[in-house]
Amino acid sequence: MNGVNEPRPHHRVPLEAMRRFDPKRLWALVLKESLQAMRDPSTLLIAFVLPVVLLFLFAYAVSLDVRAVRIGVVQESESASAQSLAAAFAGTRYLDVTFAHDRREVADRVVSGSLRGFVVIPQDFEQRLANRGAQPLVQIITDGSQPNTANYVTNYAQGVVQTWRNGLGVEASPAGVTLEPRYWFNAELESRRSLVPGAIAIVMTIIGTMLTALVVAREWERGTMEAVLSTPASVVEILIGKLLPYFALGMLSTLGATVLAVFVFDVPLRGSLAALLLLSATFMVPALGQGLLISSVTRNQFLAAQIALFSGFLPAFMLSGFLYEIDAMPAPIRAITWLIPARYFVSSLKTIFLAGDIWAVFVPNLLAMAGIGILFFLLAKRATRKNLE
Amino acid sequence: MSGSVTSDPPRDPNSEVAVVIDGVNKHFGSVHALQGLNAHIRYGCLTGLVGPDGAGKTTLMRILTGLLTPDSGHATVAGFDVVGDNDAIHVATGYMPQRFGLYEDLSVMENMRLYAQLRGMDADRNADLFAELLDFTRLAPFTERLAGKLSGGMKQKLGLACALMARPAVLLLDEPGVGVDPVSRQDLWRMVQALTDEGMAVVWSTAYLDEAERCDSVLLLNEGQLAYDGPPGELTARLTDRSFRLEQVGDSRRAVLAEALNLESVSDGVIQGAGVRMVLRAHSGTEQITALADRVEAQLRAVPARFEDAFIDLLGGGPGGTSALAEGLPPVELASDVAVSCRDLTKRFGAFTATDTVSFEVRKGEIFGLLGPNGAGKSTTFKMLCGLLKPTSGEAHVVGLDLRRATGAAKGQLGYMAQKFSLYGLLSVRQNLEFSAGVYGLEGAARQARIAEMVEIFGLQTWLSAAPDSLPLGYKQRLALACAVMHRPPVLFLDEPTSGVDPITRREFWTHINGLARKGVTVMVTTHFMDEAEYCDRVAMLYRARLIALDTPDALKRGAVSDLRPDPTMEDAFIHLVEAEDLADDPRSGTTA
Repeated sequence: MNGVNEPRPHHRVPLEAMRRFDPKRLWALVLKESLQAMRDPSTLLIAFVLPVVLLFLFAYAVSLDVRAVRIGVVQESESASAQSLAAAFAGTRYLDVTFAHDRREVADRVVSGSLRGFVVIPQDFEQRLANRGAQPLVQIITDGSQPNTANYVTNYAQGVVQTWRNGLGVEASPAGVTLEPRYWFNAELESRRSLVPGAIAIVMTIIGTMLTALVVAREWERGTMEAVLSTPASVVEILIGKLLPYFALGMLSTLGATVLAVFVFDVPLRGSLAALLLLSATFMVPALGQGLLISSVTRNQFLAAQIALFSGFLPAFMLSGFLYEIDAMPAPIRAITWLIPARYFVSSLKTIFLAGDIWAVFVPNLLAMAGIGILFFLLAKRATRKNLE
Repeated sequence: MSGSVTSDPPRDPNSEVAVVIDGVNKHFGSVHALQGLNAHIRYGCLTGLVGPDGAGKTTLMRILTGLLTPDSGHATVAGFDVVGDNDAIHVATGYMPQRFGLYEDLSVMENMRLYAQLRGMDADRNADLFAELLDFTRLAPFTERLAGKLSGGMKQKLGLACALMARPAVLLLDEPGVGVDPVSRQDLWRMVQALTDEGMAVVWSTAYLDEAERCDSVLLLNEGQLAYDGPPGELTARLTDRSFRLEQVGDSRRAVLAEALNLESVSDGVIQGAGVRMVLRAHSGTEQITALADRVEAQLRAVPARFEDAFIDLLGGGPGGTSALAEGLPPVELASDVAVSCRDLTKRFGAFTATDTVSFEVRKGEIFGLLGPNGAGKSTTFKMLCGLLKPTSGEAHVVGLDLRRATGAAKGQLGYMAQKFSLYGLLSVRQNLEFSAGVYGLEGAARQARIAEMVEIFGLQTWLSAAPDSLPLGYKQRLALACAVMHRPPVLFLDEPTSGVDPITRREFWTHINGLARKGVTVMVTTHFMDEAEYCDRVAMLYRARLIALDTPDALKRGAVSDLRPDPTMEDAFIHLVEAEDLADDPRSGTTA
């Protein structure tokens, strides 16, 4: 409005504004996005509250460990050795034992689900013991509707019997070899230690993919994208301006989650923080790229959330090796996991937290994540043109 | 912008032409949105891009801002080709999309700074320009307020300020008048006038024909084709001596209108308060309408032509006056003369009062309008009256049934046409009809007969198996009306029934409504078309949740008569009432009763 009375030659256009890339414009967009993110309670909820909730959930509520499994022990024999075996069952912290003298008492409780199985110490227990392994010493009955727990009860009950027998001092082990298992990296086999690092990958997927897809779709829905596209700002500026703040948010969230993991959940960080940040930064590339790709396919927040859930969150949850071991999956599913960026990140996270900086693991993972990320970006760039077609 | 690098456009720099549209075509799937458009837009001129919804206005705007590419043909803006010089287009044009393109969680100042920087301006070094823009838009007191918390009118001014950053050569405004109260609209006209005086080319798209009348020049679009290009006055001038009004026809005005529309010499007609306004066909004499005037003993007066008259005439005239829908309907019999009533009707959402102690009675066979700006409580009041919302306090009756107790029975007595027509998108047209018939308890042969009747009346044969979303807007509206009246309800609720529909279809719609009212059907209607309020017997004006006026359209208009406005329109009456109400709320004017 310089001089209301002075007519301007309107067909003359300041073409210096036409530059393809202008750091000032990019900065304006980054500032805008950051202000929006800070003022939108849902963004902060997703970036900072959700990770804490998830970490607590995986650290305390979700446990793959089996502890204090409720079983029954039926003492049909009252002999001294039977008493001693029963005491051995009672003595372990992995089992929570209910004693009975008649199997009918505990059988009903297995049916009703309050016990996971029971062990019968038979009347002829002394006799069987004397026969030295000719017949099984005890009968183990388990609830097959929960196969994992059933297996666990079987193995553990057998272990208890074996240990008890070894303790008798008689030549119990015909092979003469005893196994003493030792678990590396997670000596107590605490699932929390492998779950918490994996949960960081889930959190980053939510911020990178879900949040990004949502905020871009929101601009289309509210009509602001149309207004920004009509300014001299280029597509590259608009996209980078969108991604930078969420990249920063994702890294902040990773740092927060790491602090929680180490100081609250007692997960050791055996590798270096620098390597962790490098890995996280590299993982943000495919995560953001995927979010961008989703938002360029749909311009609707609801649809974007759905697609992000099915293509980002669920695979990261189920197919990344976070919850289920990839080696245990059928071959076709295993092949699919190669396409999931979270798989490389989860493997790296577990390594860096539980083992240390092992670059032989990191380098291929870094390359894979970067490769998938670049692919997503190329696809997203192709799908987003500077118009509304 | 002194010292900036400027370049001369490839075309004649002395030309006053800002925009050249040359044979532009655009398809979306099977829809031919723009058909071989040719037009020029000049600097220093306010050009109206006028037409009903779906005419191609937004498509053309987006092509001119380089956001859409034409399938064939060329367009240049400020000398730059919209496809080849796409980057330059973004510098040369300022564009305000529908809904203004503002970031609602940024403040007024933050929005302005963002758009300034995106247009390559340094906000700190242009403080004077910012101050000037804030003064111009009268937004200076609100710089820290979030854009989402602004009223519709203030949002629109902020959107305009953002589009004006870096002084574009061509300013494109897509339906800036929608969702904005008439008072704010006046403000916008003033601002746009100032800009064109400085030599800027301003394009203003609108579906309101009264807005078109105020432009320097209009491009009239209809179904993707240019129907007229030139000053609005020239088009209106073609209608000289062809517009007449039958004064004070009173209660028989609907019958008179129907009769007039069926006359061979009459091309268009509408109700205006107690009168009937008619437009003659070209080269037709006044004999027929003079005879009509004598018969109904009313005075015939020549009136100045309006832009809308010319628009209808250009499209071949309006529909006839007989409603087949009403012809087949038996007269409505009700036990009481009062069809709808409410007393002290109040609805609160938390601390917010949407409807505040509203009371009125609607007689049988009356067309009753609810008017008010966005957020005034029209829809809330409406929904309580048809049993979709439970009142916080107060009572409402429909055909004598208490809506608090007999909601179900009351709903069976009314037909409801929701905003945006609310059809089932996944059902075909036939299935939508069958569903509505079924839901209102029509069965067997009666149901089949009634559906066949609707298909016949509304001309839906060719569309029966189509999805409602693929229908032209006019047909959607017909289908929605068919669904609402199929069970022959004595009371009809219409929520913004003509929103976005072209003027001819709107006339056809009102022919049906007038016919139904003559048979004794009570019609409750909300509308934001001020001229449509003229069809109503009485109008209830809602403002800030309260009923501020309730009277006949003529009486409301009379209340707004002043020396400056000897013959006020409904819009003038509306502005007058709202301003009076604001004045009464002002504490300086003393306590309100």
